[in-house]
Amino acid sequence: MTDATAVTGASAEARRPFVSLLAQDDHTKRRNAAEARFKAYGLGAVIIGLFFLVVLFVSIIANGLPAFTRMVVQLDFTLTQEQFDDAESKLLKTGAYQAYFVEGFDKALSERGVEVEYDAAALDRLIGKVGSIMRDFYLANPDKLGEEVVFDLPTSSRVDGYFNGRLKREDVSDSRFLQVTDLDLADELHEAGIIKSDFNWTFITGTDSGVDNPGGAGIGASVIGSFFMMVVVLVLSLPIGVAASIYLEEFAPKNWFTDLIEVNISNLAAVPSIVFGILGLAVFIQFAGLPQSAPLVGGLVLTLMTLPTIIISTRASLKAVPPSIRDAALGVGASKMQSVFHHVLPLAMPGILTGTIIGLAQALGETAPLLLIGMVGFVARGYPDNFLTGFTEANSAMPAQIYTWAARADASFYEKAWGGIIVLLLFLMTMNIIAIILRRRFERRW
Amino acid sequence: MPVHWIVLIVLALAVIGYVMGRQKALASAGGNIRDLHSLPSYYGSSVAIFTMVFSFLVLIVWLIAQPIVIENQVAGSIPPEAVREGSTLGLMMSDVRRVADGLDQAVSQGAMTSEDAASIRSEFTDVRDRLGAIGVALGSDVGPAVLRAAQHYRALNATGNLFMTIVVLGVALAGFGFALMRSHKDFRARNVVETTIRYILIGAASIAILTTIGIVLSLIFNTAEFFRLYAWTDFFFGTTWAPSFSGRGGSSELGFVPLLWGTLYISLIALAVSVPIGLFAAIYLSEYASPRMRSFAKPLIEVLAGIPTIVYGLFALLTVGPLLLSVFGDGGLGWMKAGTAVMTAGLVMGIMLIPFVSSLSDDIINAVPQAMRDGSLGLGATHSETVRQVVLPAALPGIVGAILLAASRAIGETMIVVLGAGAAAKLSLNPFEAMTTVTAKIVSQLTGDSDFASPEALVAFALGMTLFIITLGLNILALYIVRKYREQYE
Repeated sequence: MTDATAVTGASAEARRPFVSLLAQDDHTKRRNAAEARFKAYGLGAVIIGLFFLVVLFVSIIANGLPAFTRMVVQLDFTLTQEQFDDAESKLLKTGAYQAYFVEGFDKALSERGVEVEYDAAALDRLIGKVGSIMRDFYLANPDKLGEEVVFDLPTSSRVDGYFNGRLKREDVSDSRFLQVTDLDLADELHEAGIIKSDFNWTFITGTDSGVDNPGGAGIGASVIGSFFMMVVVLVLSLPIGVAASIYLEEFAPKNWFTDLIEVNISNLAAVPSIVFGILGLAVFIQFAGLPQSAPLVGGLVLTLMTLPTIIISTRASLKAVPPSIRDAALGVGASKMQSVFHHVLPLAMPGILTGTIIGLAQALGETAPLLLIGMVGFVARGYPDNFLTGFTEANSAMPAQIYTWAARADASFYEKAWGGIIVLLLFLMTMNIIAIILRRRFERRW
Repeated sequence: MPVHWIVLIVLALAVIGYVMGRQKALASAGGNIRDLHSLPSYYGSSVAIFTMVFSFLVLIVWLIAQPIVIENQVAGSIPPEAVREGSTLGLMMSDVRRVADGLDQAVSQGAMTSEDAASIRSEFTDVRDRLGAIGVALGSDVGPAVLRAAQHYRALNATGNLFMTIVVLGVALAGFGFALMRSHKDFRARNVVETTIRYILIGAASIAILTTIGIVLSLIFNTAEFFRLYAWTDFFFGTTWAPSFSGRGGSSELGFVPLLWGTLYISLIALAVSVPIGLFAAIYLSEYASPRMRSFAKPLIEVLAGIPTIVYGLFALLTVGPLLLSVFGDGGLGWMKAGTAVMTAGLVMGIMLIPFVSSLSDDIINAVPQAMRDGSLGLGATHSETVRQVVLPAALPGIVGAILLAASRAIGETMIVVLGAGAAAKLSLNPFEAMTTVTAKIVSQLTGDSDFASPEALVAFALGMTLFIITLGLNILALYIVRKYREQYE
């Protein structure tokens, strides 16, 4: 920099009489260009950041939306009492039901004027074992016999993948799961309106399926698991966090013990989450003998993780209550404890709740510690029986479920994982919006 | 009596105590509140507190101590010659616990009478089959020593529980009676209640310390156990990471160096992405952007920080990985073999860290006094010259602190590397190769059905320990730098 100024100084000296103040010399131009460049870098960085955000969301939505729809074979079907009795009397009962189904299927095809060739095995590959599905239905609902019933039979995950573009026709090699001719049949049925797109309720309400059935996998059970964990986190971290903050902000004397607590809190806020997982494994599972994969253990670990967040935000909102409130309470004869609990705490409550909700949202998306307490190897096949066993029965949680799906070899599960992320982000968004509304509505500027 | 019944009884006593304490104090003042030292509710609360606090403390201590004491007694009662070849006392104790649990279940399901469970001898009946029949699977044959120890264990537990019930309820009743006796109009109930609340507040604040102690202890004990089984020189200086999965120890090579290299390499790429972008974005938003632009762009960039890491992990695995593969893979430049690579994980981690760097730097740049900018602009410097030569040097310590915090975040990040970086531990310079990190290996060594006593599982604790120390060091350094810097301008 110094030589640059020296050079310009010399050249300016040489042509001083001719230079107008309004004209830019070379050096000024260079400086202005550098200024423009610098500003452009900054703008570029902001744009790149926003671009990444857009890419992330586009890829989540584009990949995840198909998980919410599925292709179903929709068929009106009537089974009479005689047919039912006849089928039940046969040796191969499901075979009999399948024959009825094929009959009905043919009728539906001819009604719509579609002419396709297919065999029973192709139907199996498209929609699975129809015979047993129908038998189960009529055994469970005998009163539907003789009435017209609309069946929505979900297509197999490969056919589903074909319709939403996951599976390309060129990539299909004939196997016992799918043959190229099946896709022609599926296309014909789609045109005829027999195969339709339908909202996939199974994905929202269902439980996880085994590795071989991506179509039946749902996120419902793990939403419940996450819910139980959040209950534990809320019940423990809110009172403990508020109590700790009240002590540190209102009562703590300035001594080594208070300093120790402060240092510990700020360090815990930055400890990697996986270390909390190790803590949970060693202390809660190995030492205390709590059950693996239980929402209770997950909740305890996440509580320890969220406490620093809640303490930091609670202290900020306690600090924001002006001292005059405390002085006024003390002045009319309240004890220190009464002034805090009757006056300061209620005024700080909106801020505390906002901080708690944000802490909960963080905890909800946290995955790494859950891997270590065994929430991943576990397939959440069922809902908990009642409210109490929900805490101790092994379950999955939303992020752990997403990880489980992402780690499975079958690519059909990836779509479920993306769909799971949409559900997770919807929850997080709702929580953050509630926090923002709380802050807007109740926050007081003193 | 089960623990939750004890808790419920004590709680019920506390409620009764509240009502009675309140009434007694009021009665002693002849129903005139003004004669009381404290408000009536304080008298009630003081009785409830005396009923609950001490009995629950006893309960908690008892619940922690009883298993340890009993375990020691039972372990002491097993003759050393009964420990089979290739097994340890610890493994045998876990067998003992399993058998005892099995017997408990058998009794509760009615498959065995409680006398049967206490007196059954494996010489006569095969316990394993009988427990198997009711769905309790036992690994190896139950030897007579294990069975006898399990029965001893159950007997001790039963007596322990009985004494616990008596002692806890006794303490609760004593507290109840004592506090109720004191409940009189001149008794300073508010002071008692407030002191108790104060101790509860201190207790809540100490949980932070307890958590740290818990982390450190759980890491230290298991790490020490690991270094008893595996030489620490081999761990810290070994250059091969090849754990055996057969379950037989000894053949595993657990060198730390490749994992550290993978961690540092990925973090380095992440910082190379996030620091320039984050820093320039912070400079632009704090120095150039209009208030409208700032109020719009800053929260949007910070959204990136609120997205859970599992989302980034999936993004790395399924979007960025295949994208990079199509450019650098066999179809393109041929440098990359699979979607999971150092580059994939580093890039995505960099995106995650952008808001972290940018909002911390933003705060720090805003803290630089306006007078310094005005002075520089007044001397004729352009805006960018002011930023580069005045604002940034002044903010440098804070920015270094922010970068160190981001680095510690990158080193401790788990989900992105588990999904995006691959599983093979390698020492290589090629950023398009799959490598693995400390955190990813902690996950892979501790998930699945590994035995916690094997070096293959225990190594995760040693890895966790090093990770904890590295990140703690970085955090303390960063916080120190940031604090020093803040003091400079306050």
